[in-house]
Amino acid sequence: MISSSLVPCGQFKTSYGADTTIFLTPASRNFCILGLLVAVAAPLVLSNYLIALLIQIGYFGIAALGLNILVGSTGQISLGHAAFFGFGAFASAWLNNKFGVPVLLAIPLAGVMTTLLGLLFGIPAGRLKGLYLAIATFASQFILEDFFSRATWFTGGSGGAQAAPISLFGYEVGGDKGFFYVVLAFLVVMYLLGVNLLRTRDGRAFVAVRDHYLSAEVMGINLTKYRILSFGISSFYAGVGGALYGHYLGYVSAEGFTILLSIQFLGMIIIGGMGSVMGTLMGTAFMVLLPEATEAAVSAIKHVTGDIPALTNALAYIKEASIGLAIVLFLMFEPDGLVHRWRLIKSYWKLYPFSY
Amino acid sequence: MESSLLFQLIVNGLIVGTLYGVVAMCFVLIYKSTQVVNFAQGEFLLIGAWTCWWLVTSMALPFWVAFPLTFVFMMVFGIAIQMLVLRPMIGEPVISVIMVTIGLSIFFQAVVKSIFGVWAQPFPEIFPVKSVNVLGLQVQPAYLMSLVVSVVIMVAFAWFFKYSRMGLAMRATAFNQQVAQSLGISVKNVFAMAWAISAMVSALAGVVVGMVNGVSSALSFFGIKVFPAVIVGGLDSIIGAVIGGLIIGLLENLAEYVDGQYLHLGNLYTVAPFYVLVVILMIKPYGLFGTKTIERV
Repeated sequence: MISSSLVPCGQFKTSYGADTTIFLTPASRNFCILGLLVAVAAPLVLSNYLIALLIQIGYFGIAALGLNILVGSTGQISLGHAAFFGFGAFASAWLNNKFGVPVLLAIPLAGVMTTLLGLLFGIPAGRLKGLYLAIATFASQFILEDFFSRATWFTGGSGGAQAAPISLFGYEVGGDKGFFYVVLAFLVVMYLLGVNLLRTRDGRAFVAVRDHYLSAEVMGINLTKYRILSFGISSFYAGVGGALYGHYLGYVSAEGFTILLSIQFLGMIIIGGMGSVMGTLMGTAFMVLLPEATEAAVSAIKHVTGDIPALTNALAYIKEASIGLAIVLFLMFEPDGLVHRWRLIKSYWKLYPFSY
Repeated sequence: MESSLLFQLIVNGLIVGTLYGVVAMCFVLIYKSTQVVNFAQGEFLLIGAWTCWWLVTSMALPFWVAFPLTFVFMMVFGIAIQMLVLRPMIGEPVISVIMVTIGLSIFFQAVVKSIFGVWAQPFPEIFPVKSVNVLGLQVQPAYLMSLVVSVVIMVAFAWFFKYSRMGLAMRATAFNQQVAQSLGISVKNVFAMAWAISAMVSALAGVVVGMVNGVSSALSFFGIKVFPAVIVGGLDSIIGAVIGGLIIGLLENLAEYVDGQYLHLGNLYTVAPFYVLVVILMIKPYGLFGTKTIERV
């Protein structure tokens, strides 16, 4: 609603095609390209630490987009996204170690494997909705976690699995800066796929299922098919994100994929804005930077008051608590997420001096 | 030998099952009267147990003073949560309400960990620790007491909802909010009351478990085990919650028996309830006693 009021006057749409373009105005397209160029230039200026944070935003952002397609666009709650993310990481390492599949090929293949798993675990979605589905996916998180610790042939058991670094044309992509470009490329491709998916017949079907499933069915949308398909697509994104994560760290262990990470993924899309592609990225950035900001705040407090050992010991828990608090506060005070705030800022500046 | 082990495990299952049943009952109480799926139920146990522990050890209060104080604190806590966080969420989509309780659960867990640490702390001895012999079985007195307490709570719940004015008001609200309101029931009070009772009874369960196993963050796992129990019993049935709790408690211990004797998979008992949960959701999503909403999904 608000975004349509942001279109400058003189922008007429004379065809349906023009009305569903990705960028409503040339200016927004140009800004997007500019942003991409800035991202490409970023490793030349930024320190390794900041690049590492950007890489985190990258792979979490890919997985979070999958969850947003499932939760935001199709309206199905999943509390097991971290398990799929982890499955992708293990699958990619397994393909590479066991069969010698080159890493760059193993990452999408891991996505495909995770899709199959997601289709399997999505079957309950054909019969359940709302909170029953939430509880079913909650159970699948625990079942998959158990599988990770059990399937030694696949995950390396409690010891974890080694994941080889990415090599391209025989050269190993070394260091954070090299990996940054790999993640960036995957991010751009996956986000373009995501944006375009939502413009297709299938994407509109997802939104119809979310908005009113009965009307959607009357219009000839196969509910079971689209509900399960949505799980599959979201798992593909989770798998690719997880595979990137695994090859970035070089080591995959089951401890990283707990229910807490699933909740963090949900937090990303809630804070960013449900059903919004750009919001997903904003929410991911928020969620990745929140612990850093908390740490900075704590060290600022220590700077003023002197060292408090209790505060230093509790730092890990303060970070965890800030995640929970951020989710609760956003749901209470800004349920439409950061993207809504961003739109308000844009519409304010559009009419800046005369806002009436 | 094996049959006596089996018997022991069945008794254990019944005892743990009644505790699950009590926590599940609290969960159902909130769901039934306020339509909120409370993912923070386990944290009620956690906070209650730690509060009581703190009062007994650091403040050196006798147990019979600390226990009522814990109750009062949990009542205030439950009402505060309902008023400050859940009341603004009325009318929001299901996912928002679920996520708020999940957010609360993470927040409280982290806060509790930062205050009390992650290690299990033993409760000071209140009941004799030495096992007593019941029908040839070694049973800890605290467990026996927990069995008694659980049964007392269940009877109290039954009386409360059948005869007391507040209980009848809560049932009326659960049945139909608008009609209840037009009959002069304060729906707001009923909502706050539901959270208060749920928090208090959960804290009681937390204290009981804490006495046996020590107080630690592992208590919040009860809040997760509650889901299989309530789904088996039916999400909006209090009797179903009790029976579901018993079934899950027995199932866990039987899984441990089968695992230990025949399968040797290890850790089967932690994950078995979740397989049951998924199966029940697929074939009988409204559980054994839940209201059947006829709807094509």
